[in-house]
Amino acid sequence: MIESTTDASSAAASGISKCPTGIFGFDEITGGGLPRGRPTLLAGAAGCGKTLLSMEFIVRGARDFGEHGVFMSFEESEQELITNVRSLGFDLATLVTTQRVALDAVRIERSEIEETGDYDLEGLFIRLGSAIDAVGARRVALDGVDALFASLPSEAILRGELRRLFRWLKAREVTAIITGERGGGTLTRHGLEEYVSDCVIFLDHRISNQVATRRLRIIKYRGSRHGTNEYPILIDAQGFGVLPISSAGLDHRVSRDCLSTGIDGLDALLGRRGYYKGSSVLVSGTAGAGKSSLAAAFADSVCHRGGRCLYWSSEESPDQIARNMASIGFDLEQHFTSGRLYCHAVRPTLYGLEDHLARLHRIVGALKPDAVILDPISSFTAVGNLAEVRIMLTRVIDFLKSAGITAFFTGLTQGSEPVHLERTEECVSSLIDTWLLLRMTDVAGTRKRLLHILKSRGMAHSHQVHQLLLDDCGVSVVAAASNPGEPR
Amino acid sequence: MTVTRFPASDTHATDGNPLPSDSGYGVAALPDGPDLGYVLTLYVASLTPRSSAAIQSVRDVCDKHLKGRYSLEVVDIYEQPSLAKREQILAAPTLIKHLPLPLRRLIGDMADEHRVLLGLDLRTRDASQNPSA
Repeated sequence: MIESTTDASSAAASGISKCPTGIFGFDEITGGGLPRGRPTLLAGAAGCGKTLLSMEFIVRGARDFGEHGVFMSFEESEQELITNVRSLGFDLATLVTTQRVALDAVRIERSEIEETGDYDLEGLFIRLGSAIDAVGARRVALDGVDALFASLPSEAILRGELRRLFRWLKAREVTAIITGERGGGTLTRHGLEEYVSDCVIFLDHRISNQVATRRLRIIKYRGSRHGTNEYPILIDAQGFGVLPISSAGLDHRVSRDCLSTGIDGLDALLGRRGYYKGSSVLVSGTAGAGKSSLAAAFADSVCHRGGRCLYWSSEESPDQIARNMASIGFDLEQHFTSGRLYCHAVRPTLYGLEDHLARLHRIVGALKPDAVILDPISSFTAVGNLAEVRIMLTRVIDFLKSAGITAFFTGLTQGSEPVHLERTEECVSSLIDTWLLLRMTDVAGTRKRLLHILKSRGMAHSHQVHQLLLDDCGVSVVAAASNPGEPR
Repeated sequence: MTVTRFPASDTHATDGNPLPSDSGYGVAALPDGPDLGYVLTLYVASLTPRSSAAIQSVRDVCDKHLKGRYSLEVVDIYEQPSLAKREQILAAPTLIKHLPLPLRRLIGDMADEHRVLLGLDLRTRDASQNPSA
């Protein structure tokens, strides 16, 4: 799995001990995790992932950090909890039988209850206390605690008891997550935020362009610095993930090494070496000009040299790519089989932009590729406006750069006039280190593919227009003038 | 404090009783009213004044309205925390009427006799007349 990053230095600087969650991206934005030994309030509307986040905190704590936990649910039965997280690969049942996690499902039927005078919630305290003692818990999650307000009479008593509960949790020095339903004017419906003062996290769910994106925001984190942005979150087969918006500081180390483009002729044009490792490459051009072929050549070259490559395809399935590229001499199938080439083929409209970005983070984190190919970036305009796409691509570039991964984008240009060609729709060209332009031209009744290097930072590159040749032996680049009438 | 046993009818000793039959807290037999048995368990959290008041109130109400046809057990959930989970106890004190059905949970110190009677279904919500008096 993806390892957690505990920001020990910032925790020490802020004087607060942090409890790592192991949740993808979460520990980064909180500077190390939740405040240790204190309660954290997790507020949000239904369906935002509150239960999942708190459950992951407990499961990962028990499984990855050796901290046993108690999960008390006010909404779901124990069996439901176990079943729900099984699809995420969490074997909660085993954690329960091995006494590493204790579950307690609180069920209250309002219709059964008759209030006959003053009461307290000592029963809840006893249950929680005995569960904590039974497994030696260091972590506690109380999921949906505000359901009590619907089930038990006398709000005044409940408020007093919840205040006492949160104090009690603090006194027991367990790291706790308490989830609460989002309210109208207040953060939670029953104002739980009044009682939990150390850390408040808000989950949100919004729809734009008919695509839903969940977001996370840290509203308060006493005694610690924290990001104040809204962070996109995703919930997928590996559980919960928070996408840190990279600080985009331009302080990443750059490499002097190069990766071959996979085409000798093109390497020669780029000072005989190829693309700089960790740089960003854009190949733009009109339809059919050979953009994907350059991408395939690069992927093939990376894999042949023992590297790994992620091919993010928005238009073609892996099978289709393999078939088409076999026709110009690239056997991508062998790289799929060897696992060096991983193809993630998904329509952009399936998720929101941030969701895509989060998925990219996740896959890159797991795969640790040397190169990432996005083919094409133009299709993302289907899910967001240009400004949003530009922000997303900027984040992709920053993220890959800081990880030292070579990024290779293809972009479709509309129209063939120079004014159209030297401008990408996504307006990311200024962030690109190496920009290749492909276009078609008619010479004596034959369509030819022409290749220009518009820029290549830090390289003595060619300024001449060259011809790109695609045939069943591969891709080659030759000087445009020297081959007046050669193949295809 | 330990579980306290109070006189009770003999009919519902096993089927409605939350305690295992071998727990040693079996329900004693009483001569009369086997068909009208009330099986009650009062869960308290240690012997606080509130617990004592609840125990006294429940006994008073039962002796007054259910004389000879109830069984009442008092359980300290501090001594048996697993029962708190099994019986879904949150509030203390909680009086559970296991029988006759439907199951009811009376929470609080039982100071409000009218509500205790309501909860035990000894008085209906609209009628002031006590059916079992």
